[in-house]
Amino acid sequence: MMLAPVQRIGRVGVFLGRLLLQCGPALLRPRAVVHQVFNAGARSLIIIMLCGLFVGMVLGLQGFDLLQRFGSEDALGVAAALGLLKELGPVVTALLFAGRAGTSLTSEIGLMRATDQLTAMEIMAVDPLRHVVAPRFLGGLIAMPLLVAIFNLVGLFGAQLIGVQLLGVDPGAFWSQMQSAVELDDVVEGIVKSLCFGVACSLIAVFEGYNAEPTAAGVGLATTRTVVISSVLTLLIDYMLTAAFLGR
Amino acid sequence: MSDPVVKVSGLRYGVGRRRIFDGLDLTVARGKVTAVMGPSGTGKTTLLRLITGQLTPLEGEVEVFGQAVPGLPKPALYALRRRMGMLFQNGALLTDLSVFENVAFPVREHARLPEPVLRALVLSKLHAVGLRGAAELMPGELSGGMARRVALSRAIVMDPELLIYDEPFVGLDPISMGVIVRLIRELNDALGITSIVVSHDVDELALIAHHSYLLSEGKVVAQGSPAELRDSPLEVVRQFMSGEADGPVPFHYPAPDYLEQLRS
Repeated sequence: MMLAPVQRIGRVGVFLGRLLLQCGPALLRPRAVVHQVFNAGARSLIIIMLCGLFVGMVLGLQGFDLLQRFGSEDALGVAAALGLLKELGPVVTALLFAGRAGTSLTSEIGLMRATDQLTAMEIMAVDPLRHVVAPRFLGGLIAMPLLVAIFNLVGLFGAQLIGVQLLGVDPGAFWSQMQSAVELDDVVEGIVKSLCFGVACSLIAVFEGYNAEPTAAGVGLATTRTVVISSVLTLLIDYMLTAAFLGR
Repeated sequence: MSDPVVKVSGLRYGVGRRRIFDGLDLTVARGKVTAVMGPSGTGKTTLLRLITGQLTPLEGEVEVFGQAVPGLPKPALYALRRRMGMLFQNGALLTDLSVFENVAFPVREHARLPEPVLRALVLSKLHAVGLRGAAELMPGELSGGMARRVALSRAIVMDPELLIYDEPFVGLDPISMGVIVRLIRELNDALGITSIVVSHDVDELALIAHHSYLLSEGKVVAQGSPAELRDSPLEVVRQFMSGEADGPVPFHYPAPDYLEQLRS
């Protein structure tokens, strides 16, 4: 009963190895990679910005309510910045990425499998891993940290909007405390997390699409698996990285 | 027959418990159109997948251009495939590329031609199938017959020595079918290539095939020219050539007695 998940993990590992071998040649065609950054990144921008704004606004409200109890509402900027940089930014962006770009990648590659496009490439002596999968994987990998950065910026704007404009936190204290308390390590933690989530979500999306059953039901199932596995994996990796960064 | 392009001998292949080929032998002569016929489910497309190295047989030999295909390392297999072209049942055009780019795709991948030379080459191949004017269309804008012709143009763009057609006549109107039938034979003769056509359209194959194989139950049950197959005394051949519903190939999938099943 435990054999199937272990086999699947092994297959993902082998797939990742084969994929990494093709990433070098794929980078020699930067136009294809840039096109995929646009597909995975730019097309997710609206949803990322909207969600970033709302998450930042909620953070402003909740943070103010909590900090006010201790008379520390001036620390709202620090709380919002650390919350977004280290946790909410990478995690929520990865979950949104899995739902928007990940499903799109899986269904696109799965449909190419179902309509014999990948087989046709193989018959033309063109490796679909290099031509189709690697650019999409790299596109997702590059797009993720960029989306996280945008999410964080918009989130901070949302927190500032609620904290400073609506609830009356001093704007000088909001920004200056943030500036003095947030350190480079905090930013690095966010960047490392976003890169790890980028690898995980993009890998799962392309793996599921590439190995989808070549039927309508098979592609649908693969798309669902992409969202579920990516989401769980994101939260698992987040816990492991947080523990590692905190040295626990 | 000397120097066959494809030689299959003692081929055994199956999926799970189902045995698809059980000692299949056939050869494809150089420069000829060879038809592979058989009822649905006899493994015609599977045979093509075995010839192109997409599947590995359980037993037996599959040789293409004198090279054993099973177990061939990927670079050698890809080198072999560059000498082949294949027309898929549904065309299998790359949906994010225009007609022009679809035909140009294998050339861009395998040869570094100057753009004007590439353009001239692609347009000449599209002209050969009568679709030079459709170069800028996307696959979604093509009819089934047009898509098949674009796919044929893509299959011949690298000047293959072996051209494989998987059910090229399925779902085509009579005009498109006539065009494809004519193109298969003309391309074969004009370019001096070898063709394998997998189909169950007896009348169309009779017009273009030099030699035909009829598969049934995992083996070749008859072979010869289309005329020889038509005159075959074998019951299974007669049933297939005349399109009779029942015979050695049963109409009904194996099932329990109808009345008993209704009563139970």
